Amino acid sequence: MKFAVVVFPGSNCDRDCHHVVSHVLGQEADYVWHQDTDLNGFDAVVLPGGFSYGDYLRAGAVAKISPVMEAVAKFANAGGPVIGICNGFQILLETGLLPGAMQRNNSLRFMCKTVDLVCRTERTPFTGELSAGSRLRLPIANAEGNYTIDDDGFAALKDNDQIVFQYCDAQGEVSDASNPNGSRANIAGICNVRGNVLGMMPHPERAAESVLGNDDGLALFTSALEHLNR
Amino acid sequence: MKKARVIVGNKKGVFDPEGKVVHSGLARLGYDQVAEVKVGKVIDLQFESGTEDEIRERIDKMCAQFLVNPVIEDYTVEFLD
Repeated sequence: MKFAVVVFPGSNCDRDCHHVVSHVLGQEADYVWHQDTDLNGFDAVVLPGGFSYGDYLRAGAVAKISPVMEAVAKFANAGGPVIGICNGFQILLETGLLPGAMQRNNSLRFMCKTVDLVCRTERTPFTGELSAGSRLRLPIANAEGNYTIDDDGFAALKDNDQIVFQYCDAQGEVSDASNPNGSRANIAGICNVRGNVLGMMPHPERAAESVLGNDDGLALFTSALEHLNR
Repeated sequence: MKKARVIVGNKKGVFDPEGKVVHSGLARLGYDQVAEVKVGKVIDLQFESGTEDEIRERIDKMCAQFLVNPVIEDYTVEFLD
C-alpha cells in the first residue's frame, strides 16, 4: 500500500511518519509537496505535525488554502483514509473536513509530555485494531490543542460516534485532572461522520517502535494497513 | 487609497485564555479595577481601489474564507484615514 505524507513549509513530523510507514510498517511512502495537486495512486494520506507556514494567522489557516488541500479534500470525500496528526489535525479543522476549532492551551503553555488516552471507537480505518475502551499512551507536543466546539456541534459528535480519543488518567478515568489543555470533554481526537478522516493531537508516529520505549502508536498504522488490505 | 482595519477577537462565550492571563497579570501589578481583558489581533489592509461599501463586502468574503475562523472568532471592520 502507498501512503502520501504531505509536506508543508514548516512541517516537522513528516520524516517520522515516512519512517514509520516505510521502515516499521514496511509499506511504500512518498512525500507530497504542498504545491502538488494530485494524490492519484495513493491509498492513504497523512497530514503530519509541525508548524505549517509558521502557524501564521492561525495554526493550519494558511495550509488550508494551499493547492494540495483541494486534492486531500477530494481524496477524503471519496472515502479515502486520511489522518491528521497535531498540526495535521489543526489543518483538518481549518479546512472544515472535521468540525470544531483549536484554541491556545488553557495553561497558555506549550505542552510536551506523554499522556494517557482512551479509544472510544474502532470504526475508523486507523483504530480497527483497538477496541472501544482500550487505552494507550502517546506523546503530545503542542501549544494549540484546546479543542473547542459549540453545544450543537458537540451533541452531533456524540450522536454520530465521532469522538475517537479522550485524555484520561492512568486508571482510564476521563476527568478535568487528566485534561492537559482544556479540550472540551477531554477530546484528543475525532473523526468525520463517515469515519474515514481522523484528526488527533497526540503523535502515534513518535511512539511506534519498542526501541523507543513505547510502540502504542503503531496500532494506528497497522490498523490502516489492515483496513486497506480488507 | 483606502485603509481598512479588521479587528479579530474571540466570539462571545468562547473562552479567551490569553485575555485571562493578561487580566491576572494586570491584577498582580495592582490594576485591580480592570473587570475583563480580551486579547485579539489587528489586520490592516490597504486597498488600491473600491468604495467603502465594496471594500466592506470584499473584507466579509476574505474573513469568511481565510482571515477569521468563524467557529471561535468574530471581527469588526473600521476605515482608517
